[in-house]
Amino acid sequence: MVEWTDFERTTIQNIFSKMNYDVVGQQALARCLIVYPWTQRYFGNFGNLYNAAAIMGNPMVAAHGKVVLHGLDRAVKNMDNIKAEYAELSVLHSEKLHVDPDNFKLLGDCLTVVCAAQLGAAFTPEVQAAFQKFLAVVISSLQRQYH
Amino acid sequence: MSLSANDKAIVKALWAKISPKAGDVGNEALSRMLYVYPQTKTYFSHWSDLTPGSAPVRKHGKKIIAGIGLAVEKIDDLFSGLLTLSELHAFQLRVDPANFRILSHNILVVLAMLFPDDFTPEAHLAMDKFLARVALALSDKYR
Repeated sequence: MVEWTDFERTTIQNIFSKMNYDVVGQQALARCLIVYPWTQRYFGNFGNLYNAAAIMGNPMVAAHGKVVLHGLDRAVKNMDNIKAEYAELSVLHSEKLHVDPDNFKLLGDCLTVVCAAQLGAAFTPEVQAAFQKFLAVVISSLQRQYH
Repeated sequence: MSLSANDKAIVKALWAKISPKAGDVGNEALSRMLYVYPQTKTYFSHWSDLTPGSAPVRKHGKKIIAGIGLAVEKIDDLFSGLLTLSELHAFQLRVDPANFRILSHNILVVLAMLFPDDFTPEAHLAMDKFLARVALALSDKYR
């Protein structure tokens, strides 16, 4: 069982309640595809991903970024049982999507960078620690059903 | 993943932009590394105060960022440019190279925080590649 301090719970709820899921989702996924181009392997049918500008403007990337963030929202709403909440999603990523779990960390890092840019000075070391701990739990849960 | 001419140009331009706040970048990055990844504190047990923004952290953050500034200058030949620093890290400091990745991550987070408009996805890509090369050059003399 993951132990969350009051500060960590409040911080995560705060960050996500103020977040524009559409914007952050699109930015984080686009950044991931740009900074770590090998992640494009999972999006062969997304059309034009040839350069940063194309990726930033790609509507399928934007739509999928939204899907990812709404998936994350499930963990935000169930912080005490992320493992169970994500069991099906984990099977999906392993059995159907065949995503190398190392990629979860890459997307997580891009999400952290986008969050830092949005929050500026409010992204203190304490907030960063809480955010990264949350992402680590999410990533671990997503990897759980891989075999 | 070697640096293209474009990568180098982007890194140099970004560095010129952030240089006035280099001290802040160093302090914030080091503070975050010590706080978010507490295992890194093991290298600084001789300091009086390891809390974010403390005097030893600020002082050392400046030193580290100056080292990165040197790397930007020597971007065309990092391995010979950072030779002395590599020997320092290899024989005296003996920092496990895994920690270079951790510090690099925190530098990127701080750049996003302090320069959200300049830290575009292209700048992020170039800096990530550059810091990875710097880490490689720094660990060159390890064994």
